[in-house]
Amino acid sequence: MPKDGLHQTMLRVEDAPLLTGRGQFFDDLPTPHGTVHAAILRSPHAHAKITDISTDAARRLAGVHAVLTGEDYASVASPLMVGVKLPIECWPIAQNKVRYVGEPVAVVLADDRYIAEDAVDLIDVSYDTLAPVIDPLKALADDAPVLHDEMGSNLGADRYFSYGDPDGAFAEADHVVEISVRYPRNSCTPIETYGVLTRWDPHTRSYDVLSNFQGPFSIHPVIARALNVPGNRLRLRTPEDSGGSFGIKQGVFPYIALLSACARLTDRPVKWVEDRLEHLTASVSATNRAITLRAAVTAKGRVTALDYDQVEDVGAYLRAPEPATLYRMHGNLCGAYDIANLRVRNRIVMTNKTPTGLNRGFGGPQIYFALERLMQRIAVELGLDPVNVARDNLISSGAFPYRTASGATYDSGDYQNAFDTALKDGRYDALCQKRDAARAQGRLYGIGLTVAVEPSVSNMGYLSTALTPAERAKAGQKNGAQSCATIAIDPVGSITVQIDSVPQGQGHKTVAASIVAERFGLEPGAITVVAAMDTGKDAWSIAAGNYSSRFAAASAGAVRIAAGRLRERIAAIAASQLDARPEDIEFGNGKVFIASNPEAALAFARVASTGHWAPGTLPEGIAAPMRETAIWTAPELTAPTEEDGINSSLCHAFIFDFCGVEIDPVTHEARVDHYVTMHDCGTILHEGMVEGQIRGAFAQAVGAALYEEYAYDDDGAFLAGTLADYPVPTVHEIPDLTILHTCTPSPLTPLGAKGVGEGNCMSTPVCIANAVADALAPASGNVDVTLPLSPARIASYLPDEPAPPEGIAQPRPGPGKGLSGQGEAHVGAAPQEIWDLLMDADQLAAIIPGAHGVKRLSPTHFLADVTLGVGPVKGRYRVQVGLSDLDAPNNATLTGKAGGALGTGEGSGRVTLTPDGSGGTVIGYSYDAAVGGKVASVGGRLLDGAAKIVIGQFFAALGRRAGDAPQPDGIIARMCGWIGGRR
Amino acid sequence: MRRLTATERHPVRFTLNGKPAEGTAHPRMLLSDFLRGVQGATGTHVGCEHGVCGACTVRIDGAMARSCLTFAVQIEGAEIDTVEALAPAPARLSVLQDAFRKHHALQCGFCTPGILMSLDTLLATESQADAERIRDVLSGHLCRCTGYQPIVAAALDAAQTLREETDNA
Repeated sequence: MPKDGLHQTMLRVEDAPLLTGRGQFFDDLPTPHGTVHAAILRSPHAHAKITDISTDAARRLAGVHAVLTGEDYASVASPLMVGVKLPIECWPIAQNKVRYVGEPVAVVLADDRYIAEDAVDLIDVSYDTLAPVIDPLKALADDAPVLHDEMGSNLGADRYFSYGDPDGAFAEADHVVEISVRYPRNSCTPIETYGVLTRWDPHTRSYDVLSNFQGPFSIHPVIARALNVPGNRLRLRTPEDSGGSFGIKQGVFPYIALLSACARLTDRPVKWVEDRLEHLTASVSATNRAITLRAAVTAKGRVTALDYDQVEDVGAYLRAPEPATLYRMHGNLCGAYDIANLRVRNRIVMTNKTPTGLNRGFGGPQIYFALERLMQRIAVELGLDPVNVARDNLISSGAFPYRTASGATYDSGDYQNAFDTALKDGRYDALCQKRDAARAQGRLYGIGLTVAVEPSVSNMGYLSTALTPAERAKAGQKNGAQSCATIAIDPVGSITVQIDSVPQGQGHKTVAASIVAERFGLEPGAITVVAAMDTGKDAWSIAAGNYSSRFAAASAGAVRIAAGRLRERIAAIAASQLDARPEDIEFGNGKVFIASNPEAALAFARVASTGHWAPGTLPEGIAAPMRETAIWTAPELTAPTEEDGINSSLCHAFIFDFCGVEIDPVTHEARVDHYVTMHDCGTILHEGMVEGQIRGAFAQAVGAALYEEYAYDDDGAFLAGTLADYPVPTVHEIPDLTILHTCTPSPLTPLGAKGVGEGNCMSTPVCIANAVADALAPASGNVDVTLPLSPARIASYLPDEPAPPEGIAQPRPGPGKGLSGQGEAHVGAAPQEIWDLLMDADQLAAIIPGAHGVKRLSPTHFLADVTLGVGPVKGRYRVQVGLSDLDAPNNATLTGKAGGALGTGEGSGRVTLTPDGSGGTVIGYSYDAAVGGKVASVGGRLLDGAAKIVIGQFFAALGRRAGDAPQPDGIIARMCGWIGGRR
Repeated sequence: MRRLTATERHPVRFTLNGKPAEGTAHPRMLLSDFLRGVQGATGTHVGCEHGVCGACTVRIDGAMARSCLTFAVQIEGAEIDTVEALAPAPARLSVLQDAFRKHHALQCGFCTPGILMSLDTLLATESQADAERIRDVLSGHLCRCTGYQPIVAAALDAAQTLREETDNA
């Protein structure tokens, strides 16, 4: 429903500059003279003690200004504050120990980025590796490796909540249905990466930072505290344009702290632009979570209680604002359902993975994956239609405003109407017929449903629900969410608006211009809106920024309030000049006039500029209409109650999705055939932008459902370091989408709008998962599906996966870069000759592929410098080789450990030498190896082949040294052929 | 081919958006960095530096190319077109750019310059390009904001307009 005659379809004011290459993104802006460029050396290990950092060679490189480490940072700055009381220190750069792959270890500052990266390769770090822990549930085990010794375990917090009478409801339940799910790590990965440009002024002891940070500005005090300055000595500015964020650019803040300290230490402006490998490996990730969810259910499928047990994996550090992902949905744990009884156990656990933070949907995808998978399971186990189970449990139309068990107030809605409208207009019946027909032909076709409540405008107090009531009382109450907007009228009566929402493409400037233009009867194109934020001069609060879909509901409302106040003052001035009453004044076509006599009109610009030119003529009691800042928070956003009730968000939109998915019988690819999404997001301020938000979130959710995962190997190696390994969907992967709307305006927001930006990131992954589970059901029964539903994973759920052909090993399931293999080579020399070669450092130097020199440290230990290429990554490694279990000249065990700027490797192999009876030797070998660091992140798919090639080269060289043409087995011979023998 | 010394800057003379241009670059400098940092043509964006996202796409001698996978010294003597050249005049938009605005085919606009370069090249060379062909070309680009559908709609609309303009000419 249009409101206020907004220009709902107006073209975006943002677009023309962006379309013509005139955007003002971070890296498009000029840098001050003397700026030095940073490159960051990062840990290749998931868990290790740093025993030495040698920076001399890097410092000596021409063009390098400084090489700084954790020790240097600690000399001028402090750890980052943690949101809940924990005895851990969260540093933005490693202090003596690394806890995840990609953790910063050193920073090089140089004349340009190319030189800085050269110098990074010259830093020599020695590590003592420690056992890592990657799985959140294993991290809770008594014997798990501990990340933070000060804590004694990996458990960051353990809170229990109870609302209503869950014990009674479970005792009386006809059925108890339970589901255990894992939600994976993923990220909405903006195409523009992080950027920071920072300066230190030693005289005022202040920092001036430009960064594409997205807010929330509750992080500003965290940065200021880390840099040991008061808030007014940290000026944080954002560029006018930002290339997407989706929550992710909240996570730039540790780098703001780190690089600002570098600027202070070197007394130079410092600039850093994150590269894609850094972004994927170590920027920020959504949390992965293990959830066991139980429901008390009546015989008719009515849910009377829920019991959540959640283990939230926040990665290696609890980084602000975490554990917010776990608590953002705390008021919404029963979704769109009328469930009065609720029990919750929330645990936070640390593992050797990248710290987590904001990501579109923020807690919603995790909750709805558990809740909506459970609702489908209830229907299956009770033999009910999932449509009826969902509908019968919905909050009823007359119940609004509705208070949820855990304390949220759902502001408005008509869920049944939206639900029924979607079934009808989205042709649900036809979809069911299609499924039945497909199944009759033996095809794998399923239907999934999701209902969801999409919260928006987060209560800044919700995070304190993570504290006990006693801790909250001690820490002081937190609540509310201030939105700020400033409208300025200049001496010619033209208007500039400053917004606090830090947009990254959502079109906030267009909507703000439309709101202000409507209030003043002007053309939207005449209004200038500034989105670049400057904490040094703009109005802002901790709630400023672009998150929790707060713009339409809150920031836009503040714009309207400010415009309304100026309008009243201008109307009063016009009334005095026209000799009329202020309430009879109207605005239109650039004029201010008397409603009953439009001829009696004044130019808007003339009246509006009166404050500048003739303040003496203003009517008594009317302030000059030159600048108005509106600061608005909803009174409904109260602090958590004594009973842990929390109104975690202000607005609650409704979503109902359903889809049909078919699984390809040969490739096992899941193809979304038909997808309908129904939204009630209150008043729509701009139709095109609302559709854009829905389509964008949907596309990201399809990626999360079917393709994307920040995958780690068991040893903590990160496996998704390129956009080929982290497969963001292209146009070919995004199915058609039918979008439907109903509208119940929010009574709590100035414009009746609710957030709409995150809903499909919450609803779509589980909707597709439910459809896949339904498609699998006839063949496989109940399947606990896990995202992403890749073809390999779907194949693992199907019962009759054909056995691989004879002689072909079963491929390892899922991603992985552990290497193992075995083979034989035949060399025309006696075992003793071979043995002597293997024990001789000089001979080994000629045999090991890529070796520059081999040093014999002891009779059984060698050190080699080796250059190896794996796929796109060619680098130099220092390799330590040890020989053990020596049984001359029959067999030996070789253990190797390699390290270099591009990664690490560790492995062992057994070599046996057997006389072939005619003077030669059959060399048998088997090996197990694992690699980490960059080479694992970007070359994972190529490693197996590369290892076989290197081994082939080794035996070929060994054969040549032994004075005989090599006769390795077929595959190795072919590979030697491919690579042309030695290089 | 020229033999270049790794440690020295080498002159690069080329045509940028129809005008003669020159600068110097070390042999390892990427064309994307050269265009943005040396030439000041910041409309071309860098999203991944490994050739997947397509944000850095430019036209080299009439063909689409990833500027992040091209060295600056390779463009000696070449004609380079970037997003800055697409509009017919400073305050106007091309047919394709205008269609993007009309169909909300961009949000943050960071990937947009590369997509415009590819689709502009397509429409210039294949006036009959249909939805399937447009999707084929678009699949060389990643966009995280729009879900792609509005981009396809904009390209189809622009193709239609361009055909009508040609028919009426």
